[in-house]
Amino acid sequence: MSKEFLSQYLLYWLIAVLFMIGPIGMIFKNNLMKKLMAMNIMQVAVIIFFLALGQKMDATLPIEIPGLTGVTNYINPLPHALMLTAIVVSLSTTGVALALLLLIQKKYGVLEEDEVLRRMDQ
Amino acid sequence: MREQYPALLIIVPLLTALVIPIIAYLVKRLVRWIAMGALIIANISAIGALMHVLNQGVWHYRFGNWMPPWGIEYVIDPLSAGMALLISFISLVVLIYSDVFLKEEGWLKIGMYHTLYLLLTVGLLGMVVTGDVFNFYVFLEISSLSAYGLIASGGSKAVVAAFRYLLIGTIGGSCYLLGVGYLYAITGTLNMGDLAVRVQPLMDSPAVIVAVSMILVGMGIKMALFPMHGWLPDSYTYAPPHAISFISGVMTKVAAYAMFRYFYFIFGAANETIAIVLQVIGAFAAIGIIVGSIMAIAQSDFRRMLAYSSIAQVSYIALGLAIGNMYGLIGAMFHILNHAIMKCCLFLIAGGIKWKTGEYKIAKFIEMSRKMPKTMGAFIIAALSMVGIPPTAGFFSKWYLVLGAIEKNMWIYVAAIVLSSLLNAIYFFRIIENAYLKKGQEDIVPASPKKPELPFSMLVPIIVLGIGILIIGIFNEPIVCQVMQYGLPGGGMR
Repeated sequence: MSKEFLSQYLLYWLIAVLFMIGPIGMIFKNNLMKKLMAMNIMQVAVIIFFLALGQKMDATLPIEIPGLTGVTNYINPLPHALMLTAIVVSLSTTGVALALLLLIQKKYGVLEEDEVLRRMDQ
Repeated sequence: MREQYPALLIIVPLLTALVIPIIAYLVKRLVRWIAMGALIIANISAIGALMHVLNQGVWHYRFGNWMPPWGIEYVIDPLSAGMALLISFISLVVLIYSDVFLKEEGWLKIGMYHTLYLLLTVGLLGMVVTGDVFNFYVFLEISSLSAYGLIASGGSKAVVAAFRYLLIGTIGGSCYLLGVGYLYAITGTLNMGDLAVRVQPLMDSPAVIVAVSMILVGMGIKMALFPMHGWLPDSYTYAPPHAISFISGVMTKVAAYAMFRYFYFIFGAANETIAIVLQVIGAFAAIGIIVGSIMAIAQSDFRRMLAYSSIAQVSYIALGLAIGNMYGLIGAMFHILNHAIMKCCLFLIAGGIKWKTGEYKIAKFIEMSRKMPKTMGAFIIAALSMVGIPPTAGFFSKWYLVLGAIEKNMWIYVAAIVLSSLLNAIYFFRIIENAYLKKGQEDIVPASPKKPELPFSMLVPIIVLGIGILIIGIFNEPIVCQVMQYGLPGGGMR
């Protein structure tokens, strides 16, 4: 288990597994809240993917340290900056989804999808 | 002022959207006029930007003078300027229409509706003018989130539809973002122009192929391309009529525009990978055209019928991209314009009929032509245009698509277009038959000047769009020659 194996292969496989939990959970879970959680896990997987892109072996924070020069000594800050925005997007999506779930709960009394759909048709 | 058009296009509606809840709390009646003013400024900016790019070529607008690829830039070419004009125009028209539905509501609902509506407009405008793939994602999510909110405001069924749309739409957004991640990993840039140069030698690498597939899935979900269309019928059926007229008109088209931008301007259709992807899109689109039309015939609810017909019509645009020669692309662009106006007009008419009679069922449309003659007149124009009868606009986009398909010997696509026109005729003539030919039992009071069929603010948008369909059809040649052909890849320069 070398460092290289972990950082270049296993990490991305784990991210792929995490990403696939999203669609699978959304398809196979019946509870709307669980679907929402699966959606969140999927968004987090994308965020971790971006963060993994910014990492470098043996590099430090992207703040200039006197005497330490060269691009290989600093990690790439851009993916982190992008993911701040993506986290905000994920947060607001979750907020909207929770508001909708509250409404569904208030109007139908349940959060199980098949039950909601059955009551919707009545 | 004139050199700031690209910024004004975004900033004015955005800031207005943010102050509107406060204004709604203070003076409820003012909200509508302020929103309208913001959209008029957006319209003027879009027209100004379109004039500018047609005269002087592609316009790069850099924020804070940061040079790309470090800074974010807005790139306006004839294609994006035309899309921006279309979006802001439809937005303005539907805003005028929505007044009647909101008059009786409290300040909170009026304020929130207009805020979401303007944010949706901002998101869509931002998607077409931005030159940065991550900025595109941010605008995509702004527009999607406000669309979920707008759809959910349509009652208890709409909430469920909006929640399911949110889940599926977020899968689309995440897939797109993952695709961007792969592109960034392999090229190290997020600027579209820069990306287009750097990605060319890497087109065969697995990372780019994964990125292309992810972007295809993401945009396919957002534009409701055939196997990914599941969210559309419910959302379109249960959403409030004023909001859905705008959403159905432009939202799926902007995703189609994004596909056009990616496959023809960034990756380039000449690459083998993209050629295969376009074949896949073409197959999906051909199936989607037929399936959407057949499903539309099976519906008894007018809005649901229009929703399925949207799936078929969006597939025409994808088909144009798949054909990929000059006629095909012009057909796709022209169909973006036509379908935005036709479908918006039809949903406005559906809302008008609901307002007047409270009915969405097609079977209840008997003698509707006597109850609402002007509205049904506009309906006939829009329906004929959807079928593709010559003087209306819908004929010409199909004509260009068929010409393109014949030129490339893609006879299956020709068959799909012709067959779907016949199917369109079946489901639209069913309504025309009900509204004009069948005799009802009850006595009907025809509309008169004293008792108009619809309030003025509803009738004007319907008639403007109805006449617009005829005008676009009649003047299709100048529109194509003087505007659209410069939107083709490589045609933006003069």
